[in-house]
Amino acid sequence: MHGYMGKILRINLTEGTVKTEPLDLEVGQKYLGSRGFGVKVMMDEVPANVDPLSEENKFIIATGALTGAPVPTSGRYMVITKSPLTGTIAIANSGGHWGPNFKATGHDAIIFEGKSEKPVYIYIEDDKVEIRDASHIWGKKISEVTEILEKEDGKVKVLSIGPAGEKLSPIAAVMNDMDRAAGRGGVGAVMGSKNLKAVVVKGSNKVSLFDEERTKKVSQEKVKILREDPVAGGGLPSYGSAVLVNIINESGVLPVKNFQGSYTDKADLISGETMTEKHLVKKSACYRCPIACGRVVKLADGTVVGGPEYETVWSYGADCDVYDYDAINEANLLCNEYGLDTISAGATIAAAMELYQRGYIKDEDIAEDGLSLNWGDAEAIVGWTKKMGLREGFGDRLAEGSYILAEAYGAPELSMTVKKQELPAYDPRGVQGHGITYAVNNRGGCHIKGYMISPEILGYPEKLDRLSLEGKAAYAKTFHDLTAVIDSIGVCVFSTFGLGLSDYVDMYNAVCGDIYDDETLLEAGERIWNLEKLFNLREGIDSTHDKLPKRLLEEPVVDGPTEGHVHHLDKLLPEYYEVRGWDEKGIPTEETLERLGLEEYKEYLGLAK
Amino acid sequence: MIKVEVRLFAYFREGRGKKQVMELEEGTTILEVLEKLSIDKEEAKIVLLNGMDGPLDRELKDDDVLSLFPPVGGG
Ligand code: SF4
Repeated sequence: MHGYMGKILRINLTEGTVKTEPLDLEVGQKYLGSRGFGVKVMMDEVPANVDPLSEENKFIIATGALTGAPVPTSGRYMVITKSPLTGTIAIANSGGHWGPNFKATGHDAIIFEGKSEKPVYIYIEDDKVEIRDASHIWGKKISEVTEILEKEDGKVKVLSIGPAGEKLSPIAAVMNDMDRAAGRGGVGAVMGSKNLKAVVVKGSNKVSLFDEERTKKVSQEKVKILREDPVAGGGLPSYGSAVLVNIINESGVLPVKNFQGSYTDKADLISGETMTEKHLVKKSACYRCPIACGRVVKLADGTVVGGPEYETVWSYGADCDVYDYDAINEANLLCNEYGLDTISAGATIAAAMELYQRGYIKDEDIAEDGLSLNWGDAEAIVGWTKKMGLREGFGDRLAEGSYILAEAYGAPELSMTVKKQELPAYDPRGVQGHGITYAVNNRGGCHIKGYMISPEILGYPEKLDRLSLEGKAAYAKTFHDLTAVIDSIGVCVFSTFGLGLSDYVDMYNAVCGDIYDDETLLEAGERIWNLEKLFNLREGIDSTHDKLPKRLLEEPVVDGPTEGHVHHLDKLLPEYYEVRGWDEKGIPTEETLERLGLEEYKEYLGLAK
Repeated sequence: MIKVEVRLFAYFREGRGKKQVMELEEGTTILEVLEKLSIDKEEAKIVLLNGMDGPLDRELKDDDVLSLFPPVGGG
């Protein structure tokens, strides 16, 4: 078996058992691995409508066929489960070094079932798999857990949840290698609900290659493309992903104050350029990544820590009207330590600030916390993040995410979410195609599973008119399918700044065997997207959930270059369903399922209607 | 004469600063501004005129804001 290790671990935490099962290669290839594999398992093994935080839910960690293989950006793994935040499929991706090291233990994936009675962690060293007592690390922050386990077990890689996951916050992340996050969808809470604190790995196996010579050649060729690309080899490593702050702001689509504004004249204070000039210590890279977009920054007190991504700089910055890098870096560190998704955490504080601005949240609600909810309060974003991580005081309410909070105050429309998940750092009123991704994304509000900002603003792979609706639905569909491919084979989506579909075909085939061409690989992505959609339909999340917050559809942008625009989802959505081969209600047709080899799931169509 | 604000980003700032207010002849195009700043047009991947994509042959008007970016990306 090439690319895949051929073995899956099934760990039942209720019974305390570990089983090794063979990977069905046909399934592996048809669903590529990682995201595709996990969704398939969730669909086949988990009954409909389980409570995400109950022992019936499963928690899957999976690698792709290319994870750990000697090709660029192959450090990725995926967490797949049912989300406690959205009720949809959760698919959260992370880089760093944990994924390839886990795969080196000789396994492609772990399926966690049940719930342990007491806190445990898993130790995996090749074939040795142990369920160990975690009472000494329960309650500890990520850096503490990592240090303790590294001390006990030597050269290991650590994946863990922080206090937020233990305390079942639906915006809790799964962290690995200290500061890399499988962030979205509240996957950390699912791990916490199973009393599973960490997974520690040490492996000595290599990924078997179909054609070693060809893999080497293909890899060198792709590394060269990435190094020579002006973004992947220039802008991204030089300034980090926060290089976007200025371009997104100058384009008038940087959400300010919970999407009340779309432009700020203070953006440069929190830009990638400013981070580089004033706070950057060095760059960092995930496993086998020639891009190195990671940041290492210095805090105000001189401590050197992992730095924030663009999304975090926005959620804690412009979204809260804070333009203080020290505070943003500190809040980012606290999210990494307590295990919170930085997008949802920052955006929830921003929503709370608007609830306060409009008089829903009263002074007495937060009097005992000693923190304000005033726009621009840099101290408050740090203070609230800590309270969210520990679920203390009003921080306990914030840790539920913005939707539950705003709904409890009778103003759910002030939660800038889709399917209850916080939207990221782009106002879709000025980037029409990107709004499709927000609305239809199978995991709720998210930008990265079909990054239309690339063609609509950055000019990759070509430049589209961002206000035009024409052709955007079809474009978005292709991006959604391509991202499903990239996630599922186990490489980084940032490699698309340089690489295209054929490059992924080259890499997959060199490692796994001549299985795919451009058309069939993209179709595998389409298969995965459709299976996720079926999962959601089964859970009752139908197209009535494919919407955007009212503000973005009805209130025109009030300032900056995109002033006066709203998002035209009503025009784009029917077209998207059509190009997907779905009916007008957003349900895949039988022919579409047959074309994609998903006939076995036809029964769920009936359920959806 | 017209006055145009030129904002520079990423490495375009090296040797040029963050912002320049330029006094220009009427009818000056975006391309001519790039030439004045010694910025190769191939390198100016994102050219925003008052926040929207600006074609290089567009003539500038008084009080226009031009934002110039080399290729950048993230997510
Ligand atoms: S581009 Fe950035 S996130 Fe992606 S693998 Fe490289 S360092 Fe990691």
